[in-house]
Amino acid sequence: MKEKNNNSGMTLIVKTVTRLTVGLIMLYGLYITFHGHLTPGGGFAGGVILALSFIHLILAFGKDFIIEKISEKITSVFESIGAVLFLTIAVSGFLGGYFFKNIYGKGVPFNLFSGGIILPCNLSIMLKVGLGLFCAFLTLLLFISSKE
Amino acid sequence: MTVETIISFLIFLMILSAIIAVELKDLLSSVVSIGAVGVILSLTFLLLQAPDLAIVQLVVEILALIILIRATVTRDSVNYSQREIFVKVVTMIGVFVFLFSLVSVIKLLPPFGEPKLKVANYYITEGLGIKNNISETGAANIVSSIILDYRAYDTLGEATVLFCAVLGVLAVMRTVGRKK
Repeated sequence: MKEKNNNSGMTLIVKTVTRLTVGLIMLYGLYITFHGHLTPGGGFAGGVILALSFIHLILAFGKDFIIEKISEKITSVFESIGAVLFLTIAVSGFLGGYFFKNIYGKGVPFNLFSGGIILPCNLSIMLKVGLGLFCAFLTLLLFISSKE
Repeated sequence: MTVETIISFLIFLMILSAIIAVELKDLLSSVVSIGAVGVILSLTFLLLQAPDLAIVQLVVEILALIILIRATVTRDSVNYSQREIFVKVVTMIGVFVFLFSLVSVIKLLPPFGEPKLKVANYYITEGLGIKNNISETGAANIVSSIILDYRAYDTLGEATVLFCAVLGVLAVMRTVGRKK
């Protein structure tokens, strides 16, 4: 991460701590999502943690740092991809009989790849919730800063 | 001390901090009191053996607090009071209490790599789990298997609600108007 303007965002202490911790926060969100069918958590909580890691970056480095990498349009597109993916999994249940039928293999309990459609559903919900909330936050921030 | 006593005490604390949030003059302190309500609610969910709900409550509370702080406290400068030593002593005591309880909680954690849910232990090993949960969905977390398999249609509706909310925010808060 290169620092263009030291004035935006918070102090150097906050920036350094953010640089060290934000990857771990993102990893924790992914962990919560991928283990949604084994331990408490799931797509919703993991998605919100992922959105919080992006918001953490915005608060520490200022919004200009983020917007040149992730614009609100890209987050909106990824949110729609998550929604369509969830609906695709739902409709693919028709291959076995009815809406949302668990047509994939069940696997061995307590393994990572078990539970049929639950893991892909969690992944799509993570995309939808995480990037959707981040998109809303970014839009509100841009709205406030455009009024000033 | 039974669980009911602890929960009653936590609910009392929750009502107290909600009243404090209403009565305070300072906006930032009010938002912090609202955050205390959320954290105590998350603890209550944890004591009622609903870890999924506790995680979601805590995480969404943090997001809502960040948005509230950004919305309310944009230009207000914090005015430091004269009681700096008192504040420092209270902060130190708080940090020590937090670290002490953290250490004693970490000792209680299950060993690394044990995936079994304590809450759902009975369900998986002896209860209906062998017949229904494991063989039908293959998922160890019963809450996950309900919200994403048995009642996945509800989750689809919930996802649609969130999608519409974000769509509304994008439509109303658009910064650049469309050019002709």
